[in-house]
Amino acid sequence: MIVSDTRGLPQPTLRAPLLFISVLLIASCGLIYELVAGTLSSYLLGDSVTQFSTVIGVYLSAMGLGSWLSRFLQRGLAQRFVDLELAVALVGGFSAPILFQAFAHTHAFRVVLYGEVMAIGTLVGLEIPILMRILKDQVHFKDLIAGVLTLDYIGALAASLLFPLLFMPKLGLVRTSLLFGLLNATVGLWSSYLLQSQLGPTRMLRLRCLAVMAILALGVGLAGKFTLAVEEEIFADEIVYARDSAYQRIVLTRGRGSFQLFLNGNLQFSSADEYRYHEALVHPAFAVNPEARRILVCGGGDGLAVREVLKHPAVREVVLVDLDPAMTDLARKQPMMRALNGGALDDPRVKVINADAMIWLQEAKGEPFDLALVDFPDPNTYALGKLYTTRFYRLLQQRLTREAVISVQSTSPLMARQSYWCIAATMEASGLRVRPYHLAVPSFGVWGFALASRRDFLPPGTVLPGLRYLSDEATAAMFAFPKDMDRVPAEANRLDNQVLVHLYAREWRKWS
Amino acid sequence: MKRRLFLASASAAALPLACGRKPEFPFSGELVGPDLALGHRLQRDGFPEPDGFEPLPVLVVGGGIAGLSAAWRLSGGGCEDYQVLEMEPEPGGTSRCGRNEVSPYPWAAHYLPVPDRGNHAVIRLLEECGLVRGYDAQGEPVLPEEALVRSPEERLFAYGQWWEGLYLRAGASSEDERQYHAFFKEVDHWAAFRDGKGRPAFSIPRARCSDAQVVRDLDRGSFATWLDERGFDSPRLRWFLEYACRDDYGSRLDSTSAWAGLFYFAARKQGPGEDSRPLLAWPEGNGHLVGHLRGVCGSRLHCGLAVTAIRPVRGGLEVSAWDAARGRSLGWRVRRVIFAGPQHVARWLIPGLSDARPASRLIQNAPWLVANLTLRNRPRESSFPLAWDNVPRDSESLGYVVATHQSLRDYGPTVWTWYRPFAGPDCATERSRLLAMDWQSCARMVMADLLRLHPGLSNLVERLDVMRWGHAMVRPAPGLLWNAAFLDLAAPFQGIHFAHTELSGIALFEEAQDHGLRAAEEVLAALGRPGRSWR
Repeated sequence: MIVSDTRGLPQPTLRAPLLFISVLLIASCGLIYELVAGTLSSYLLGDSVTQFSTVIGVYLSAMGLGSWLSRFLQRGLAQRFVDLELAVALVGGFSAPILFQAFAHTHAFRVVLYGEVMAIGTLVGLEIPILMRILKDQVHFKDLIAGVLTLDYIGALAASLLFPLLFMPKLGLVRTSLLFGLLNATVGLWSSYLLQSQLGPTRMLRLRCLAVMAILALGVGLAGKFTLAVEEEIFADEIVYARDSAYQRIVLTRGRGSFQLFLNGNLQFSSADEYRYHEALVHPAFAVNPEARRILVCGGGDGLAVREVLKHPAVREVVLVDLDPAMTDLARKQPMMRALNGGALDDPRVKVINADAMIWLQEAKGEPFDLALVDFPDPNTYALGKLYTTRFYRLLQQRLTREAVISVQSTSPLMARQSYWCIAATMEASGLRVRPYHLAVPSFGVWGFALASRRDFLPPGTVLPGLRYLSDEATAAMFAFPKDMDRVPAEANRLDNQVLVHLYAREWRKWS
Repeated sequence: MKRRLFLASASAAALPLACGRKPEFPFSGELVGPDLALGHRLQRDGFPEPDGFEPLPVLVVGGGIAGLSAAWRLSGGGCEDYQVLEMEPEPGGTSRCGRNEVSPYPWAAHYLPVPDRGNHAVIRLLEECGLVRGYDAQGEPVLPEEALVRSPEERLFAYGQWWEGLYLRAGASSEDERQYHAFFKEVDHWAAFRDGKGRPAFSIPRARCSDAQVVRDLDRGSFATWLDERGFDSPRLRWFLEYACRDDYGSRLDSTSAWAGLFYFAARKQGPGEDSRPLLAWPEGNGHLVGHLRGVCGSRLHCGLAVTAIRPVRGGLEVSAWDAARGRSLGWRVRRVIFAGPQHVARWLIPGLSDARPASRLIQNAPWLVANLTLRNRPRESSFPLAWDNVPRDSESLGYVVATHQSLRDYGPTVWTWYRPFAGPDCATERSRLLAMDWQSCARMVMADLLRLHPGLSNLVERLDVMRWGHAMVRPAPGLLWNAAFLDLAAPFQGIHFAHTELSGIALFEEAQDHGLRAAEEVLAALGRPGRSWR
């Protein structure tokens, strides 16, 4: 045990209490960088347990390395400390933008990630030992260690609370990391005043501080325009909910007066205009078969189509088959979702089944349905593409009455024209009469559906009154196709060719 | 006090002994059939004589595809009075399947190309199975899409990621591309070939192939030599072609006849420029077809009965069989035997056959290791997604086939069937290597291969079962396929009619079926019931 004695210590020439505040600040900066790296890698790579564990592990061990390296720094500690702050400011501050770029443009994201974490950890590990050595002649050892460690932990607490509650939702990852870089640089500048007595000429040093601060401030200013499409598009809005289910990544965001659902990064709806989409999906089919009593909904786990279905008084029973229990649970329990779908999935007429709709159709028995709504995500994987095959539509028909009407969401006839008509051609090849239609859903663009039945039928005339988008006139207008989205020849999509998946990928590539 | 201390230290010392032997794999499994011990006893020791010989017109020895098809044909020809004896507990031979709570799965053969309109026997079978929807304008059978292999069909692992298809297009040079197209031009040439009698050079079954000299000449040399002579040296083309040989024949380019190499590609085409026939597949593989055929046999099929002797006697043959479960011998006195087993067994069972037909020793059978892995979930994928057939390029294995692919399941538990032919030059050496392997070393071989493709897979494996096939498939070595003495092995011998895919020199469902039908039709004729051929 080292026993210190105040006698023999020189009079304090430094402002120790103010330097203790630096400890508080650098501790929060250090933790923020660690949280930024952990969060970013979880978002981009998934499996947050692994990502956070490895980031924290690498970071802590790098801090140990930094602490050990501090023994090799002998002279000019004050100057070293200011330089160190500037280095942390740059490396830590730019960590989030660099990692996003690395993810978007290189195949070595993990190398960059752990390299960054290692570098930041090492630099942060150097900070506290150097600061303690600067202060050791000014303060009693017991007071020194108590003060430094207390503030170190308090700073960490502050950062860990503010990061998820304030910085992430309000600023996003990129601005947060740049802002804390700025804070580190400020500590550097401020220290050049506090430690003046131990420093030589400080002009150049302060100029360096100002230069670093300017670069970081510029970064914060440009963060919006900087090519950070990944973050801006998906995470700029406040993330309300994010989860990797067994089947997909589900993200709910809130911003600009509405909220949005993303599955695997693809927008499923925005609460601002989803009524257009869901009214169009549901009511034209009911206009053709207004007496439909038993309704089948394939997909549509958000409950929004069911909300529209339940507006029809004749409906006695709704069976919703959606793959993912995480999705239907979210629709039932998440307050914003529940408010939007009006608790539709808990209506006594509704039965929710979590299964792959195609396998369910293959095995299901029981009374046939009068109306079916098919609302799957776009066919961007083979597992989704199979739900748009002749086999799928044949299986579906086996579960329907002779008079049943089907409505199918079938991607954008403008952005993916041939894919849209491929779905219509596939439905026809399975023996259905098809009437295609479309409307504008601003958050998606021009969107297409297909109305079908085993019997010939007239386009819908009268729709349910009191809707927000659809009137009889608006309904009739949806069935006319302008020239740039008019029918093009397309091969039917079959299980053994899955032409639609290839077609869809090719057509949407033009727009991304 | 001292005693307690002693006990404590003793248990501390024992602890590492009890817990230290951590199992090598976090899953279990077993070695399943064929029953090697029974097979070897057959060759080494004798079996007791049966108490008597039950009279019967026809006995089919062997319940693989050839034997079951022979029975199917006998029934169809009005001869219902026969029995089928199978040594294994399950019929089907290499078309056998297994089943667990996740999915049925194949133990070897797992697909059948859609037959062309000339392959009457396969079409008849598929019709009986309810799989033919109708016929198109050309008279070709139309199969339901759910019976065909679902897209994506194949993917290849190379350069650390998966690619669509089995021929690696990524990074191919223009010379690679030129050779690839030039090779398929050669295939098209042979697909277009018709001899003086209008027969194609290559067709399935091979009985429909032309025997013109120019076609037979292809069998003289190896596929490797044939490719060398035409300047086909593109490494990726040669890898692709050797993969085909390993997959269908269990042999390499230099041990495969050029005739067989071209047969693989040209026999599945109707004409030049056409695509290969699509493939039919089921979760249980060709076990699906076995299921139909065993239904035809009904109670006439007896598994677990190993034939121990076939002796000619006056007016017929005496056949003895060993019933291992009951520990007794059974006997039949029959007019005709359809021997639907391999020639190396026939040599042991049929006196005089070995000396009369030395050509049977030309037949070499490649050994295979097949493993079925039951997975509690699928590994994460980041490149081309999981396909039906998943093949690593830099491997001795052929990769794995996904049993749940055809049942449309894209998430959750599944069964993978992993295949590895032992393709070394000498089958006997390869066979001893394989049969010396226990479960542990088999599992080690399987996992070493798969962990390269899917790091962390061990934790997803629930069990890993292994089949060691000592004689999995006949190798079409150069010079075998058109050797007259070899072809004569299919001829009857003292009232015994032979049926087995190895008599074609190629191991295919259609060949086994064709020999089964031929042998059955020979027997029907001998019994005075000739009829229109099904072939």
